[in-house]
Amino acid sequence: MAGRVKFQQSLDELKERLLVMAGMAEQAIQRSIEAYRTRNLSICELVFRSEPAINRLEREIDQMALDLLAMEQPMAIDLRFILSVIRINADLERVGDQAVNIAVRVREMGAFANIDLPVDIPKLASLAAAMVRKALESFIEADADAAEAVLKLDNEVDAMNDAAFYALSSLIKEKPELTPQSLNALIISRNLERVGDHATNIAEDVIFWVRGADVRHNVIKN
Amino acid sequence: MGVGILVEHLNAWYGTTHTLQDINLHIPANHATALIGPSGCGKSTFVRCLNRMHETNPIARATGTVKMGDLDIYKDVSPVEIRRRVGMVFQRPNPFPTMSIYDNVVSGLKLNGYRNRKVLDETCERSLKAAALWDEVKDDLKKKSGASLSGGQQQRMCIARAIAVDPEVLLMDEPASALDPVSTSKIEDLIFHLKAQYTIVIVTHNMQQAARVAENTGFFLNGKMVEFDSTHKIFTNPSDKRTEDYITGRFG
Repeated sequence: MAGRVKFQQSLDELKERLLVMAGMAEQAIQRSIEAYRTRNLSICELVFRSEPAINRLEREIDQMALDLLAMEQPMAIDLRFILSVIRINADLERVGDQAVNIAVRVREMGAFANIDLPVDIPKLASLAAAMVRKALESFIEADADAAEAVLKLDNEVDAMNDAAFYALSSLIKEKPELTPQSLNALIISRNLERVGDHATNIAEDVIFWVRGADVRHNVIKN
Repeated sequence: MGVGILVEHLNAWYGTTHTLQDINLHIPANHATALIGPSGCGKSTFVRCLNRMHETNPIARATGTVKMGDLDIYKDVSPVEIRRRVGMVFQRPNPFPTMSIYDNVVSGLKLNGYRNRKVLDETCERSLKAAALWDEVKDDLKKKSGASLSGGQQQRMCIARAIAVDPEVLLMDEPASALDPVSTSKIEDLIFHLKAQYTIVIVTHNMQQAARVAENTGFFLNGKMVEFDSTHKIFTNPSDKRTEDYITGRFG
């Protein structure tokens, strides 16, 4: 491929940095779930410690993207790629935040007895994490079909979150003494539902980059 | 007011070289339309067919239909008349070097037989104001020669000269490529304002410029028009892979 060798190298570097960011965000969410499953506060600590690095990388990627926009004036698919990277970067940072939020809840739950709750957080977590993984795979492969498949998974995550809400609300009514554990689990469920939303956003950005179609909010443009 | 331009099956040759091949497009009235493409792709030949300048070369010929409004410019009007209706601005400003600024601007009118001093004065002022040059030259209109102005001012004077004869269409062949960024910006602002009065066709190698000034853009390649669409579509999500490769610099 001829032309703009330096620019192409810069695009490759940008993609590479975003994948590092993706790896860190994914690891944070997996650790937070592991912390929930095992109630292990030292894993929570690892999640807290990873956040500044994720935030630093978010700023670095934004700066790289801004430099490319200013210096190279990209067009068409290159422009869409950079715009997608900026958005995906923000979503990954928010995935990292959700991991921190979950770790905070796990730490709080440590003060109470570990009881069986009527909600399968690990299952919900594994589905939300799979969405993130698949969305990132579609980004790596520039595969809009694979990204489309991710969008369909979001309904399942939403349904599980709704079910958790009703089950935990009922539990709070029935056994008010379990309110702290139930509320924490409810917030974790909500955090995971948000992770699914971020994965959806990433998948939508991949579709925008590859096809030039804006499919956000179930509206298809172009 | 500007008129729309309808081009149907336009073909052009230089000698045996088929430089334009079956071009079809509609250029809407009072819009700026940009033509982009690599050197030698036919875009300049195309604009020269729109004012019948192409045929001034003895080995050149063209076939097909070019309609400006209701007029078929190859059938209904003379080349002289069509050049009054279609103003042209070139890459390098081409002032008449021995003429004053005033005479440069009204030269087209004088050529068309206008002698009334009041009409000439009014036209000169109106054209220079429309070209955003009036304030800079109003005190030196007859004292300074057109060639004494800066490059950017000369180009705006040439635009004033082109619009002094009250054309319907303005063709601009890389009008800012020899100018600094400040002068370029003034020309682009001018295009924005002038399209209320005229239909503008601009050939440019500067894709950001096309994106800034034109509502529609056509991509030419090897004598063919590969794609014609809204500028927004061309620069964000072109339909043809060749257009995308060109505008993203992957061409070749």
